[in-house]
Amino acid sequence: MDAPVIDLLQLYPRDMNIYGDWGNVLVLRKRLQLRGYEVRLHEYNPGDSFPEQVDLIVGGGGQDSGQNKIQADLLGLGGRLKELADDGVPMLAICGLYQLFGHRFTTHTGEVITGIGLLDAETVGGPTRLIGNTVLESAEFGTVIGYENHSGLTTLGPDLTPFGTVTKGQGNNGQDGTEGARYRHVIASYLHGSLLPKNPAVADYLVRHAAERRYGTFNDVALEVPYEAAARSDAAARPR
Amino acid sequence: MRHLLATVVGKTVRVVAKLRGGGSALPGLIAEKIDPEFLPRTLGRLPHGVVVISGTNGKTTTTKMVVELLQGQGLKVFTNRTGSNFTRGVVAAVLGESNPAGKLGADIAVLELDEAHAVHFVKLVPPRYSLLLNVMRDQLDRFGEIETTAGFLRKIAEATTEAVVLNREDHRIAGLAAAVTAPEIRYFGLTPDLRRMFPGDDEMRSGATGEIAALPDADVVLSACDGPAATFTVDGRDVDARLKLTGVYNVYNSAAALALARTVLGEAADEAALLRSLEAVTPAFGRGESLTVNGQPLDLVLVKNPAGFRLALKSFPAAGFRTMIAINDNYADGRDMSWLWDVDFDSLAEAGVDEVSGVRANDMALRLFYEDVPVGRVDTDLTASLRRFIELGPGQPKRIYCTYTAMLALRRELGKLTEVEVVS
Ligand SMILES: [Zn+2]
Repeated sequence: MDAPVIDLLQLYPRDMNIYGDWGNVLVLRKRLQLRGYEVRLHEYNPGDSFPEQVDLIVGGGGQDSGQNKIQADLLGLGGRLKELADDGVPMLAICGLYQLFGHRFTTHTGEVITGIGLLDAETVGGPTRLIGNTVLESAEFGTVIGYENHSGLTTLGPDLTPFGTVTKGQGNNGQDGTEGARYRHVIASYLHGSLLPKNPAVADYLVRHAAERRYGTFNDVALEVPYEAAARSDAAARPR
Repeated sequence: MRHLLATVVGKTVRVVAKLRGGGSALPGLIAEKIDPEFLPRTLGRLPHGVVVISGTNGKTTTTKMVVELLQGQGLKVFTNRTGSNFTRGVVAAVLGESNPAGKLGADIAVLELDEAHAVHFVKLVPPRYSLLLNVMRDQLDRFGEIETTAGFLRKIAEATTEAVVLNREDHRIAGLAAAVTAPEIRYFGLTPDLRRMFPGDDEMRSGATGEIAALPDADVVLSACDGPAATFTVDGRDVDARLKLTGVYNVYNSAAALALARTVLGEAADEAALLRSLEAVTPAFGRGESLTVNGQPLDLVLVKNPAGFRLALKSFPAAGFRTMIAINDNYADGRDMSWLWDVDFDSLAEAGVDEVSGVRANDMALRLFYEDVPVGRVDTDLTASLRRFIELGPGQPKRIYCTYTAMLALRRELGKLTEVEVVS
């Protein structure tokens, strides 16, 4: 019997793939493979045709120039992405893509970059960069460990749940203690690190929902990944 | 008179600071305070002016190359050797080498400047020549964005008065041509087949270098590179050199140094002597060294950003070598470990990595797990790791990839453990 296939799509790997975003793709792929799935990796760049079958979507951050390059394309794709999100497709949007998943990003020079509004969130450019090791507490995922590096300050709409509450670091805006956002099976966050290697609970949430949505079941084998726990505790103990 | 006072006071403080074992910047700070014109005036008198070298990767070794190339042509060169690559550090170095009247006995100054500090420096002292190497993702937890760093380098390009030498293959550097007001722009570059060896940060995932626009002609092109043997196309002619520097990025930077030296020297350049000088250059301290430990070769390879690490892995084949990786995340290394996920480690998959060490050893080991690279031992204790590593496979050559502070610690430890002979 052939292995069940999962179609994993990386959004804008050419322009939005910085600070280890590729690591998230690697981890999702490996954790699926270890559970007997065959992973078809699709790279989607501006102008590409969007694949018919998509089970899991990952996207990352970029330089300002990278964001400019993808913005028009992303707006065109917005309707499709919203449909998929509402249909339960798990997605991970890090940093720059998180910002563009919201309604808009107003830069500190007043320029307004329109987002796709998949998330009820809004970002304004801040005066400084929020940089450093970051730790969150999340009701769903426990302790989440990562590294933030952003100048945009994001505020969530009243009904949007954050990804977690900051116990070390600045989070969405440095003010309200929230970090990231959650909508359906979409996880949005500022955390690099990469996020998924040191947060296997988050990775497995994404792969579980990808498999369940497509096949109705998930081959839920507990994975023992070496160095994972130690890497988590080392990172949590480091200075900001 | 003010100048004289600043020199005397500065020199005195320098001696005192040395006795206390203090840093090299303090006397510079004092001289700057007493006489803000000190630096422009002293450096402005040099007959061949000031050369500024900047970029995120390889400036220390490139500066060393340029200095030795110009010295080989009989020039007296002033440089900031102490690694004080910021303005006060330059003031301190100038104080150290100027006579009591504040005159620097040199023909030309060749200065390595940190991108951010260079902006301040070029306002004080507009360089006659500048060499801008690259903008790679590095120290982003300090500067935030590659574009910010490129903006710093643009200020250097704008302030340069005679000629700017640019890396044709780095699109952010080549793009600075638009900012140049100096009468001359020169380039160094690569042939198309070598270009594949140098993926930039932007091209990392797409593999190819993307659409190649019409490139400007380069003064010096690195056209072949095989271990220490390099071929440069200079002015359309191929010239061969056998270098002491290894690693393709070092070899490429020697094309940069050659282009800059040719620009400075103009018609007076003695090409045969330039090549002899280039062949004699050894790496700058702490930038990767070949040592002999217990009679066996041991290479220390500094890695500090994804592009550099990728290039290092491409430069040094793993077969036949024992490998150790030591990753620290102190301030000087950069705290963000994300970069480890932007390096392809598959070239190590066959031979494996014997020891993984440093403060973030577990992050590194986890990275290798996800790339199916076998790992021997993981130990955050550098000393313990190093001891085991040098006992391994007697007679086998060894290589340690390490971040900056890990390299300093390893050097210290090696000095204690064994007789260390620096080969290059
Ligand atoms: Zn970021």
